[in-house]
Amino acid sequence: MAFLDKHKMLERSPTLLLVGSFLVVTVGGIVEIAPLFYLENTIEKVEGMRPYSPLELTGRDIYIREGCYVCHSQMIRPMRDEVERYGHYSLAAESMYDHPHQWGSKRTGPDVARVGGRYSDTWHVDHLKDPQSVVPESIMPKYAFLADTVIDGEYVQDLVETHAFVGVPYTEEMIASAQADFTVQADPDGDWDALVERYPGAVVSNFDGQPELTEMDALVAYLQMLGTLVDFSTFTPDASR
Amino acid sequence: MADKDIDETSGIETTGHDWDGIKELNNPLPRWWLWCFYLTIIWGVGYSIAYPAWPMITGATSGLLGYSTRAEVAQEIARFEEQNAGLETALAEVDLTTLAENTELNRYAVAAGGAVFRAQCSQCHGSGAAGAVGYPNLLDDDWLWGGDIESIAYTIRHGIRNETDFDARWSEMPAFGDILERDEIDGVVQHVLALSGQDHDAEMATIGAGVFMDQCAACHGDGGEGIRDLGAPNLTDAIWLYGGDVAALTETVRNARFGIMPPWGERLGEADTNAVAAYVHQLGGGE
Repeated sequence: MAFLDKHKMLERSPTLLLVGSFLVVTVGGIVEIAPLFYLENTIEKVEGMRPYSPLELTGRDIYIREGCYVCHSQMIRPMRDEVERYGHYSLAAESMYDHPHQWGSKRTGPDVARVGGRYSDTWHVDHLKDPQSVVPESIMPKYAFLADTVIDGEYVQDLVETHAFVGVPYTEEMIASAQADFTVQADPDGDWDALVERYPGAVVSNFDGQPELTEMDALVAYLQMLGTLVDFSTFTPDASR
Repeated sequence: MADKDIDETSGIETTGHDWDGIKELNNPLPRWWLWCFYLTIIWGVGYSIAYPAWPMITGATSGLLGYSTRAEVAQEIARFEEQNAGLETALAEVDLTTLAENTELNRYAVAAGGAVFRAQCSQCHGSGAAGAVGYPNLLDDDWLWGGDIESIAYTIRHGIRNETDFDARWSEMPAFGDILERDEIDGVVQHVLALSGQDHDAEMATIGAGVFMDQCAACHGDGGEGIRDLGAPNLTDAIWLYGGDVAALTETVRNARFGIMPPWGERLGEADTNAVAAYVHQLGGGE
């Protein structure tokens, strides 16, 4: 074991120690991280996934800004009780356009990975404004100010472009029409055909019931699409996972 | 390591490091600790052979035991489905009107329905089903769309005024703020107060009564007793979905209300839909 006795050399030279530690971490990285980028079954192919519409993406930013992920996870684990309560367990593909993903690690509130379509827009607005008005036992804080903050999507095109830059497949057309799509999704009387064509399954609604487009509209638009995209009737789970 | 540095007091070798005269003893690691450490390494090797672990070219090694998280959850679900298969099939196909006679199935339905209700329905209707402003109380005997078990099941299955289910229950009260004059609205509100036996201004209520007959009676009935086919609430009782005081009533008449319930039939499946119907029906107000 004469070789092992030489550790004094490593311990006495910071540069050598740094190089040594880096090598160890590299090996760990190659074994644990690198395969995720080339293994075909990391993200399985599913039908229905699409990038977020500009309004949903804005709502997602508000979700992150308000720290919703601190109390709500977006990750239904593959266990019977979770599947019974929340629906089909989450798939990697469902957060493939999330930068960063919102899996979360703590559930003070329930998981919201499949909250889309479960409740009416009105309920979401009532609940965000004053959670205790509908769920008296809730300890969630009030987010009534969201309905007072009017937004116009001035920078939404930049937001979409940024997500395209990090790899979300937004087309030129999607980027160009970002602000128009942003506005029309909260206006059921508007001309939203092109929006729904670009973003199949997008819910068009005046989410908060007010004439102005507010942060409340954006957040509810985001919540109402969560977990609704994948068509599970065409999904067969890969047994090797 | 030729010249060992021995600590004088304890007689044990030191590490040779010297910090301002302070030296560190170089005691060997405790044997039990060392063996545990070696054991974890051996365990780790065994584990990586038995369970999915090493990344290869196209996938990861699947492990000798053939374990899969997904297979396990599928088995677990199948196990319960099999256990309750008889009851679930019976519940999915049952004629709801006769469910109460089948004691065993009914008990199962109510228990299962209660579990589903608490997980899925309580957010709007409350964990005790007492509802909230804008979300109906299911404990009383006042029903907007019918309180017999089949009507309840229909409402759960298709929902109310949603865009997702073609068969959803549907009605829409007009916003009378655009249709009636201000004093007409005030009159109607006073008339509704009168109908429900509350304190009211008799003179204004008389004016309102005429307006009511013209505008409201078609859905709410001449006497304001409501029409269930239209989801038009009974205005003569003390039960109010959005509030029965002047402010709430004025708001209702002026801007109308449009309560939405999502359809649950597809999400819950036939058996669970029937179970929730059975649960809600036995809460107290079922007809």
